Amino acid sequence: MPGPEQHKAAITQGTLVRKARSLLAYKPADVSPQRRVQRHYTMRLWSVRHARFLEWLYARFADMFLTLHPVWKAVGYGRAERPVKFVEKRVKGLMFDCRMCGQCILSSTGMSCPMNCPKQLRNGPCGGVRANGSCEVEPDMPCVWVKAWEGAQRMRDQNAICNIQKPVDQSLRETSAWLRVTAATAAEREKASEAQ
Amino acid sequence: MNQRPRQPDENPQGIDLPLDPLPGHSSHGRLERVLKRGEFAVTAELNPPDSANAQDVYERAAVFDGWVDGINAVDASGANCHMSSMGICALLTRMGYAPIMQIACRDRNRIAIQGDVLGAAAMGVGNILCLTGDGVQAGDQPGAKPVFDLDCMSLLETIRTMRDEEKFLSGRKLTTAPAVFLGGAINPFAPPYDFRPQRLAKKVAAGAQFVQSQYCFDVPMLREYMKRVRDMGLHEKCFILVGVGPLASAKAARWIRSNVPGVHIPDSVIARLEGADKQKEEGKRLCIDIINEVKEIEGVSGIHVMAYRQEEYVAEIVHESGVLKGRRPWKREPGPDDALVAERLDHILDNPSEEPVDMVKDAAG
Repeated sequence: MPGPEQHKAAITQGTLVRKARSLLAYKPADVSPQRRVQRHYTMRLWSVRHARFLEWLYARFADMFLTLHPVWKAVGYGRAERPVKFVEKRVKGLMFDCRMCGQCILSSTGMSCPMNCPKQLRNGPCGGVRANGSCEVEPDMPCVWVKAWEGAQRMRDQNAICNIQKPVDQSLRETSAWLRVTAATAAEREKASEAQ
Repeated sequence: MNQRPRQPDENPQGIDLPLDPLPGHSSHGRLERVLKRGEFAVTAELNPPDSANAQDVYERAAVFDGWVDGINAVDASGANCHMSSMGICALLTRMGYAPIMQIACRDRNRIAIQGDVLGAAAMGVGNILCLTGDGVQAGDQPGAKPVFDLDCMSLLETIRTMRDEEKFLSGRKLTTAPAVFLGGAINPFAPPYDFRPQRLAKKVAAGAQFVQSQYCFDVPMLREYMKRVRDMGLHEKCFILVGVGPLASAKAARWIRSNVPGVHIPDSVIARLEGADKQKEEGKRLCIDIINEVKEIEGVSGIHVMAYRQEEYVAEIVHESGVLKGRRPWKREPGPDDALVAERLDHILDNPSEEPVDMVKDAAG
């Protein structure tokens, strides 16, 4: 029976992984799975640079969606969900590399999608940001929150980035944030008009 | 009986009794009292053992005895697996140390974390430090699933809600709220530099009552940060403890700079270490020099000494820098259930016999 001394050579999972990595020809391009599911083409850095324009556009777009509230209601929000989500996923995927968390906070994060962060932080950068502004986990990726801060500086509502965001409701993933916001605003508006 | 000078933090009914909460205080602990009295606080980080031996924790805590106001129990720092912060806190509170329990969001989801907060507070943990946690890629098990269900901000808010509104995140009521002093972490030395003070403001709004910073080796950078923090009035809303620590050698400093996320070491520091004959001594000297500079900055309420694998130097560093100004931190903080445990222990020690015959005899009187 091997004594405890024989187990002393400290082989951790880390050493195994590192050893295997140096032996293999295949090395994955990215470190985190969160990064690997990115779209092959996105304009997310363009979106951050044009955060002010997108902020304006988004506000108009939300108004338009709200005007269409009777249509959504007639069709049924449930039935509208699939086609709207189809469009939303592709549009936001192209613009922001959206990960369909279903609770969009782009206007509070300088139009830089926080779900791109390998730690999916929604309340600001972690302490590990590299001196050149790159991500701790992905050395080649600019920190999502460095970009978010740049984007927020360009926006009209510069203080939105200071809002404390609630934790992500995982049960809302892969649902349409556009419809949810529209329905919520419409419900609020109806409540307000009833109160008067 | 010789007269012993009365400690500012002791129960008037008896030194072995737990402290009563002061009005306006959120914990029963000493760290909060020290900070709110305006004294310069010292905390240190316990190197978590890779063992299942309680003695290891006791030995590592003993070197801090009487030198620090709180001992940080790290939660798998750097994503390297060690004894859990919960386990360390259980052992520390059992021995009467005042731990600061770190909670990292990397490994547990909101259900586990809220349960742990209740458990920790019940054991007598008075201080909790909320962290995001390093990415799993940094540690010894890069294949682990990163959880990050909450982040440091929503974690602070969650525990504050549990404490102040006595309910879980779901809204379900708690019968006894966890009385904890809440902390967060800051890193003034990482970009985006303009956002960093705002982020502290965010943490304060989310519930942070004290913050501990990342290693400070660049005092001018800290001064700049503190100036902004003072302009925002944040130093009056939360206590800022600056992280310091000795570097073992210039080589170690280079390694830390390139491998530990978020640690900023200027070239001048490495040059100073390289120029010294005894690099380890010089590292300690440098740490003391930084403490002496840092303690003069307005708004700094204490230091957090992270002497990884050089824990035996903490006492020397604290002593030689004179930050305690002659104050001796308590060696033992009484726990809420000490009396019960003592009674139970007495019972076990006095009546080793658990034979059914004896038990029947006892019950019959």
